[in-house]
Amino acid sequence: MISAWMYILQRASALVMGPFVIVHLGLIIYAMRGGLSAGEILSRTQGEIGWAAFYALFVVAAAIHAPIGLRNVLAEMAGLRGRGIDIALGLFALFLLVAGLRAVIAVTLP
Amino acid sequence: MPQDTTSATLTVRVRRGKESGTWQEFEVPHRESQTVLDVVTWIQRNLDPTLSYRFACRVGMCGSCAMTVNGKPRWTCRTHVSRVAEGGAIEIAPLRNMPVIKDLACDMTEFFQKWQRAEARFNGKSDRTEPLPKIDPASPARVAASAGIECINCAVCYSACDVVAWKPDYLGPAALNRAWTLINDERDVSRKERLVAVASGAGCHSCHSQGSCTVHCPTGLNPSQSIAGLKKETMKALLKGELG
Repeated sequence: MISAWMYILQRASALVMGPFVIVHLGLIIYAMRGGLSAGEILSRTQGEIGWAAFYALFVVAAAIHAPIGLRNVLAEMAGLRGRGIDIALGLFALFLLVAGLRAVIAVTLP
Repeated sequence: MPQDTTSATLTVRVRRGKESGTWQEFEVPHRESQTVLDVVTWIQRNLDPTLSYRFACRVGMCGSCAMTVNGKPRWTCRTHVSRVAEGGAIEIAPLRNMPVIKDLACDMTEFFQKWQRAEARFNGKSDRTEPLPKIDPASPARVAASAGIECINCAVCYSACDVVAWKPDYLGPAALNRAWTLINDERDVSRKERLVAVASGAGCHSCHSQGSCTVHCPTGLNPSQSIAGLKKETMKALLKGELG
Protein backbone atom coordinates (compact mmCIF):
# COMPACT_ATOMS: atom_id res chain seq x y z
CA MET A 1 0.00 0.00 0.00
CA ILE A 2 3.00 2.30 0.56
CA SER A 3 3.56 2.74 -3.16
CA ALA A 4 -0.13 3.58 -3.67
CA TRP A 5 0.10 6.22 -0.94
CA MET A 6 3.25 7.59 -2.55
CA TYR A 7 1.38 7.82 -5.85
CA ILE A 8 -1.37 9.85 -4.16
CA LEU A 9 1.09 12.07 -2.31
CA GLN A 10 3.06 12.77 -5.46
CA ARG A 11 -0.05 13.75 -7.41
CA ALA A 12 -1.40 15.85 -4.52
CA SER A 13 1.93 17.67 -4.07
CA ALA A 14 2.06 18.30 -7.84
CA LEU A 15 -1.42 19.78 -7.65
CA VAL A 16 -0.25 22.15 -4.93
CA MET A 17 2.99 23.06 -6.70
CA GLY A 18 1.43 23.82 -10.11
CA PRO A 19 -0.06 27.23 -9.23
CA PHE A 20 2.76 27.90 -6.77
CA VAL A 21 5.39 27.59 -9.51
CA ILE A 22 3.47 30.07 -11.69
CA VAL A 23 3.24 32.61 -8.82
CA HIS A 24 6.90 32.04 -7.95
CA LEU A 25 8.05 32.58 -11.56
CA GLY A 26 5.85 35.66 -11.85
CA LEU A 27 7.39 36.99 -8.67
CA ILE A 28 10.93 36.45 -9.95
CA ILE A 29 10.14 38.26 -13.22
CA TYR A 30 8.47 41.13 -11.31
CA ALA A 31 11.42 41.51 -8.92
CA MET A 32 14.09 41.32 -11.64
CA ARG A 33 12.36 43.58 -14.18
CA GLY A 34 11.51 46.04 -11.44
CA GLY A 35 15.20 46.09 -10.56
CA LEU A 36 14.57 45.46 -6.88
CA SER A 37 17.68 45.13 -4.71
CA ALA A 38 18.07 42.33 -2.14
CA GLY A 39 17.35 44.84 0.60
CA GLU A 40 14.18 46.03 -1.13
CA ILE A 41 12.98 42.43 -1.57
CA LEU A 42 13.66 41.63 2.10
CA SER A 43 11.83 44.76 3.21
CA ARG A 44 8.77 43.47 1.35
CA THR A 45 8.96 39.87 2.63
CA GLN A 46 10.12 40.20 6.24
CA GLY A 47 7.25 39.98 8.66
CA GLU A 48 4.83 38.97 5.91
CA ILE A 49 2.93 35.93 7.18
CA GLY A 50 1.32 35.41 3.75
CA TRP A 51 4.67 34.96 1.97
CA ALA A 52 5.92 32.78 4.83
CA ALA A 53 2.89 30.47 4.53
CA PHE A 54 3.09 30.43 0.71
CA TYR A 55 6.76 29.42 0.58
CA ALA A 56 6.55 27.06 3.58
CA LEU A 57 3.78 25.10 1.85
CA PHE A 58 5.79 25.19 -1.38
CA VAL A 59 8.81 23.71 0.43
CA VAL A 60 6.71 20.97 2.06
CA ALA A 61 5.16 20.04 -1.31
CA ALA A 62 8.59 19.96 -3.01
CA ALA A 63 10.08 17.87 -0.19
CA ILE A 64 7.30 15.30 -0.71
CA HIS A 65 7.24 15.43 -4.52
CA ALA A 66 10.91 15.31 -5.48
CA PRO A 67 12.08 12.24 -3.50
CA ILE A 68 9.10 10.15 -4.71
CA GLY A 69 9.84 11.07 -8.32
CA LEU A 70 13.53 10.41 -7.81
CA ARG A 71 12.69 7.01 -6.29
CA ASN A 72 10.81 6.04 -9.48
CA VAL A 73 13.58 7.36 -11.73
CA LEU A 74 16.28 5.46 -9.81
CA ALA A 75 14.24 2.24 -9.84
CA GLU A 76 13.32 2.39 -13.52
CA MET A 77 16.40 3.95 -15.09
CA ALA A 78 19.21 2.63 -12.85
CA GLY A 79 17.62 -0.45 -11.28
CA LEU A 80 18.37 1.01 -7.82
CA ARG A 81 15.74 -0.13 -5.32
CA GLY A 82 15.49 -1.32 -1.75
CA ARG A 83 15.73 -0.22 1.83
CA GLY A 84 19.06 1.59 1.46
CA ILE A 85 17.72 3.72 -1.38
CA ASP A 86 14.50 4.45 0.54
CA ILE A 87 16.49 5.59 3.59
CA ALA A 88 18.73 7.79 1.42
CA LEU A 89 15.66 9.35 -0.22
CA GLY A 90 14.05 9.87 3.18
CA LEU A 91 17.14 11.78 4.24
CA PHE A 92 17.00 13.74 0.98
CA ALA A 93 13.37 14.68 1.75
CA LEU A 94 14.44 15.81 5.21
CA PHE A 95 17.28 17.88 3.72
CA LEU A 96 14.88 19.61 1.28
CA LEU A 97 12.47 20.32 4.11
CA VAL A 98 15.08 21.70 6.52
CA ALA A 99 17.05 23.69 3.91
CA GLY A 100 13.85 25.07 2.37
CA LEU A 101 12.20 26.07 5.64
CA ARG A 102 15.48 27.62 6.80
CA ALA A 103 15.47 29.81 3.70
CA VAL A 104 11.80 30.72 4.21
CA ILE A 105 12.52 31.74 7.80
CA ALA A 106 15.57 33.77 6.72
CA VAL A 107 13.54 35.74 4.16
CA THR A 108 10.27 36.22 6.07
CA LEU A 109 11.27 36.50 9.75
CA PRO A 110 10.82 40.13 10.88
CA MET B 1 1.86 2.35 -43.25
CA PRO B 2 4.41 1.00 -45.76
CA GLN B 3 2.90 -0.68 -48.81
CA ASP B 4 4.91 -3.20 -50.78
CA THR B 5 3.24 -5.58 -53.17
CA THR B 6 5.68 -5.41 -56.05
CA SER B 7 8.67 -7.53 -55.01
CA ALA B 8 8.54 -11.13 -56.21
CA THR B 9 10.89 -12.16 -53.43
CA LEU B 10 11.04 -11.05 -49.84
CA THR B 11 14.26 -10.66 -47.93
CA VAL B 12 13.50 -11.92 -44.45
CA ARG B 13 15.87 -11.43 -41.53
CA VAL B 14 15.06 -13.78 -38.68
CA ARG B 15 16.45 -13.71 -35.17
CA ARG B 16 17.95 -17.11 -34.33
CA GLY B 17 19.22 -18.65 -31.10
CA LYS B 18 18.59 -17.45 -27.56
CA GLU B 19 19.14 -14.06 -25.85
CA SER B 20 22.51 -13.54 -27.52
CA GLY B 21 21.23 -14.70 -30.88
CA THR B 22 22.22 -13.80 -34.41
CA TRP B 23 20.31 -12.68 -37.50
CA GLN B 24 19.82 -15.08 -40.39
CA GLU B 25 18.66 -13.97 -43.80
CA PHE B 26 16.25 -15.91 -46.01
CA GLU B 27 14.76 -15.30 -49.46
CA VAL B 28 11.05 -16.11 -49.47
CA PRO B 29 8.59 -15.92 -52.42
CA HIS B 30 6.20 -13.02 -51.98
CA ARG B 31 2.57 -14.06 -52.49
CA GLU B 32 -0.68 -12.20 -52.45
CA SER B 33 -2.43 -11.96 -49.06
CA GLN B 34 0.62 -13.54 -47.44
CA THR B 35 0.88 -13.10 -43.67
CA VAL B 36 4.05 -12.87 -41.61
CA LEU B 37 3.15 -16.24 -40.08
CA ASP B 38 2.95 -17.69 -43.62
CA VAL B 39 6.48 -16.42 -44.21
CA VAL B 40 7.84 -18.01 -41.03
CA THR B 41 6.05 -21.29 -41.82
CA TRP B 42 7.42 -21.25 -45.38
CA ILE B 43 10.95 -20.83 -44.07
CA GLN B 44 10.55 -23.71 -41.63
CA ARG B 45 9.03 -26.05 -44.21
CA ASN B 46 11.26 -25.19 -47.14
CA LEU B 47 14.54 -23.72 -45.93
CA ASP B 48 15.30 -24.56 -42.31
CA PRO B 49 13.25 -27.10 -40.33
CA THR B 50 15.12 -26.17 -37.14
CA LEU B 51 13.42 -22.74 -36.99
CA SER B 52 11.36 -22.59 -33.77
CA TYR B 53 8.21 -20.51 -33.38
CA ARG B 54 4.79 -20.80 -31.79
CA PHE B 55 1.35 -20.70 -33.38
CA ALA B 56 -1.99 -22.47 -33.08
CA CYS B 57 -5.23 -21.11 -34.57
CA ARG B 58 -3.88 -18.95 -37.46
CA VAL B 59 -7.02 -16.79 -37.32
CA GLY B 60 -6.29 -14.26 -34.56
CA MET B 61 -8.04 -16.02 -31.71
CA CYS B 62 -5.45 -17.91 -29.69
CA GLY B 63 -2.78 -15.26 -29.12
CA SER B 64 0.11 -17.70 -29.72
CA CYS B 65 1.93 -16.29 -32.72
CA ALA B 66 2.92 -12.77 -31.65
CA MET B 67 6.42 -11.69 -32.71
CA THR B 68 8.35 -8.50 -33.23
CA VAL B 69 8.00 -7.53 -36.89
CA ASN B 70 10.15 -4.66 -38.15
CA GLY B 71 10.61 -3.53 -34.55
CA LYS B 72 6.95 -3.63 -33.53
CA PRO B 73 5.06 -6.35 -31.66
CA ARG B 74 2.34 -7.85 -33.83
CA TRP B 75 0.07 -10.88 -34.17
CA THR B 76 1.75 -12.49 -37.16
CA CYS B 77 -1.21 -14.55 -38.37
CA ARG B 78 -3.22 -11.40 -39.04
CA THR B 79 -0.37 -9.19 -40.20
CA HIS B 80 -0.15 -9.03 -43.98
CA VAL B 81 3.36 -8.82 -45.38
CA SER B 82 2.20 -6.16 -47.85
CA ARG B 83 1.38 -3.85 -44.92
CA VAL B 84 4.68 -4.18 -43.08
CA ALA B 85 7.41 -4.94 -45.64
CA GLU B 86 9.78 -2.07 -46.25
CA GLY B 87 11.58 -2.20 -49.57
CA GLY B 88 10.78 -5.90 -49.96
CA ALA B 89 12.30 -6.76 -46.60
CA ILE B 90 10.97 -7.74 -43.19
CA GLU B 91 12.75 -8.41 -39.94
CA ILE B 92 11.24 -10.93 -37.50
CA ALA B 93 12.32 -11.32 -33.88
CA PRO B 94 10.77 -12.78 -30.73
CA LEU B 95 8.66 -10.55 -28.46
CA ARG B 96 10.69 -8.49 -26.01
CA ASN B 97 10.35 -8.38 -22.20
CA MET B 98 10.30 -12.19 -22.02
CA PRO B 99 13.15 -14.71 -22.03
CA VAL B 100 13.75 -16.32 -25.42
CA ILE B 101 13.47 -20.11 -25.45
CA LYS B 102 14.76 -20.44 -29.00
CA ASP B 103 14.51 -18.39 -32.18
CA LEU B 104 11.03 -16.80 -32.24
CA ALA B 105 9.52 -18.62 -29.26
CA CYS B 106 9.69 -16.91 -25.90
CA ASP B 107 8.94 -18.12 -22.41
CA MET B 108 5.58 -16.67 -21.33
CA THR B 109 5.59 -18.21 -17.82
CA GLU B 110 6.24 -14.91 -16.01
CA PHE B 111 3.66 -13.13 -18.18
CA PHE B 112 0.95 -15.56 -17.09
CA GLN B 113 2.14 -15.68 -13.46
CA LYS B 114 1.59 -11.94 -13.32
CA TRP B 115 -2.08 -12.51 -14.16
CA GLN B 116 -2.28 -14.62 -11.00
CA ARG B 117 -0.38 -12.00 -8.98
CA ALA B 118 -2.86 -9.35 -10.16
CA GLU B 119 -5.76 -11.57 -8.98
CA ALA B 120 -6.82 -11.50 -12.62
CA ARG B 121 -9.01 -14.59 -12.36
CA PHE B 122 -12.76 -14.82 -11.89
CA ASN B 123 -14.03 -15.78 -8.45
CA GLY B 124 -17.77 -16.27 -8.58
CA LYS B 125 -20.25 -16.43 -5.75
CA SER B 126 -22.60 -19.04 -7.17
CA ASP B 127 -22.14 -22.55 -8.54
CA ARG B 128 -23.51 -24.09 -11.72
CA THR B 129 -26.66 -25.37 -10.06
CA GLU B 130 -27.90 -21.85 -9.34
CA PRO B 131 -29.72 -19.75 -11.95
CA LEU B 132 -27.61 -17.40 -14.05
CA PRO B 133 -27.47 -13.89 -12.60
CA LYS B 134 -29.20 -11.20 -14.66
CA ILE B 135 -26.68 -8.57 -15.76
CA ASP B 136 -27.83 -5.38 -17.44
CA PRO B 137 -25.59 -5.10 -20.51
CA ALA B 138 -26.06 -1.30 -20.49
CA SER B 139 -24.97 -0.78 -16.87
CA PRO B 140 -21.78 1.35 -16.62
CA ALA B 141 -19.86 -1.45 -14.87
CA ARG B 142 -20.76 -4.01 -17.53
CA VAL B 143 -19.94 -1.56 -20.33
CA ALA B 144 -16.50 -0.99 -18.74
CA ALA B 145 -15.95 -4.74 -18.34
CA SER B 146 -17.08 -5.53 -21.88
CA ALA B 147 -14.73 -2.90 -23.32
CA GLY B 148 -11.70 -4.87 -22.15
CA ILE B 149 -12.93 -8.44 -22.29
CA GLU B 150 -11.70 -9.57 -25.71
CA CYS B 151 -8.05 -10.00 -24.72
CA ILE B 152 -6.43 -13.01 -26.43
CA ASN B 153 -3.39 -13.13 -24.07
CA CYS B 154 -0.95 -12.60 -26.95
CA ALA B 155 1.46 -10.49 -24.85
CA VAL B 156 1.81 -7.86 -27.61
CA CYS B 157 0.96 -5.11 -25.08
CA TYR B 158 3.40 -6.60 -22.56
CA SER B 159 6.14 -6.60 -25.19
CA ALA B 160 5.31 -3.02 -26.22
CA CYS B 161 5.40 -1.70 -22.64
CA ASP B 162 8.49 0.28 -21.68
CA VAL B 163 7.62 0.11 -17.98
CA VAL B 164 7.90 -3.70 -18.09
CA ALA B 165 11.33 -3.25 -19.69
CA TRP B 166 12.42 -0.81 -16.96
CA LYS B 167 10.77 -2.50 -14.02
CA PRO B 168 10.63 -6.26 -14.62
CA ASP B 169 8.23 -7.02 -11.75
CA TYR B 170 5.58 -4.60 -13.13
CA LEU B 171 2.39 -6.62 -13.65
CA GLY B 172 1.93 -5.23 -17.14
CA PRO B 173 -1.03 -4.03 -19.23
CA ALA B 174 -2.64 -7.41 -19.99
CA ALA B 175 -2.92 -8.59 -16.38
CA LEU B 176 -4.09 -5.17 -15.20
CA ASN B 177 -6.64 -4.92 -18.02
CA ARG B 178 -8.07 -8.29 -17.00
CA ALA B 179 -8.13 -7.19 -13.34
CA TRP B 180 -10.12 -4.11 -14.42
CA THR B 181 -12.73 -6.18 -16.26
CA LEU B 182 -13.17 -8.30 -13.11
CA ILE B 183 -13.42 -5.25 -10.84
CA ASN B 184 -16.41 -4.28 -13.01
CA ASP B 185 -17.90 -7.78 -13.04
CA GLU B 186 -20.73 -7.76 -10.52
CA ARG B 187 -20.68 -11.59 -10.29
CA ASP B 188 -17.12 -11.55 -8.93
CA VAL B 189 -16.46 -11.57 -5.17
CA SER B 190 -12.73 -10.70 -4.94
CA ARG B 191 -12.86 -6.93 -5.43
CA LYS B 192 -10.88 -6.04 -2.31
CA GLU B 193 -8.17 -8.69 -2.80
CA ARG B 194 -7.80 -7.58 -6.40
CA LEU B 195 -7.55 -3.88 -5.54
CA VAL B 196 -4.87 -4.73 -2.95
CA ALA B 197 -2.99 -6.80 -5.55
CA VAL B 198 -3.05 -4.10 -8.24
CA ALA B 199 -2.11 -1.35 -5.73
CA SER B 200 1.17 -3.12 -4.90
CA GLY B 201 4.54 -1.61 -5.81
CA ALA B 202 4.50 -3.54 -9.10
CA GLY B 203 0.89 -2.63 -9.86
CA CYS B 204 -1.14 -0.02 -11.70
CA HIS B 205 0.59 3.02 -10.17
CA SER B 206 3.80 2.16 -12.03
CA CYS B 207 2.10 2.85 -15.39
CA HIS B 208 3.34 6.01 -17.12
CA SER B 209 0.27 6.22 -19.37
CA GLN B 210 2.48 6.18 -22.46
CA GLY B 211 -0.15 4.13 -24.27
CA SER B 212 2.11 1.74 -26.22
CA CYS B 213 -0.15 -1.12 -25.10
CA THR B 214 -3.18 0.57 -26.60
CA VAL B 215 -1.39 1.51 -29.83
CA HIS B 216 -0.21 -2.06 -30.43
CA CYS B 217 -3.12 -4.15 -29.09
CA PRO B 218 -4.17 -6.25 -32.11
CA THR B 219 -7.76 -6.55 -30.92
CA GLY B 220 -8.12 -2.81 -30.39
CA LEU B 221 -8.43 -2.87 -26.60
CA ASN B 222 -7.41 0.07 -24.44
CA PRO B 223 -5.37 -1.25 -21.49
CA SER B 224 -4.22 2.32 -20.71
CA GLN B 225 -7.81 3.26 -19.95
CA SER B 226 -8.29 0.13 -17.84
CA ILE B 227 -5.17 0.96 -15.81
CA ALA B 228 -6.39 4.54 -15.36
CA GLY B 229 -9.63 3.05 -14.03
CA LEU B 230 -7.68 0.89 -11.59
CA LYS B 231 -5.67 3.91 -10.40
CA LYS B 232 -8.92 5.76 -9.70
CA GLU B 233 -10.62 2.82 -7.95
CA THR B 234 -7.57 1.97 -5.78
CA MET B 235 -7.20 5.64 -4.83
CA LYS B 236 -10.86 5.89 -3.81
CA ALA B 237 -10.67 2.63 -1.84
CA LEU B 238 -7.43 3.68 -0.15
CA LEU B 239 -8.78 7.08 0.92
CA LYS B 240 -11.92 5.38 2.27
CA GLY B 241 -9.69 3.01 4.27
CA GLU B 242 -11.10 -0.05 2.46
CA LEU B 243 -7.75 -1.58 1.59
CA GLY B 244 -6.34 -1.52 5.14
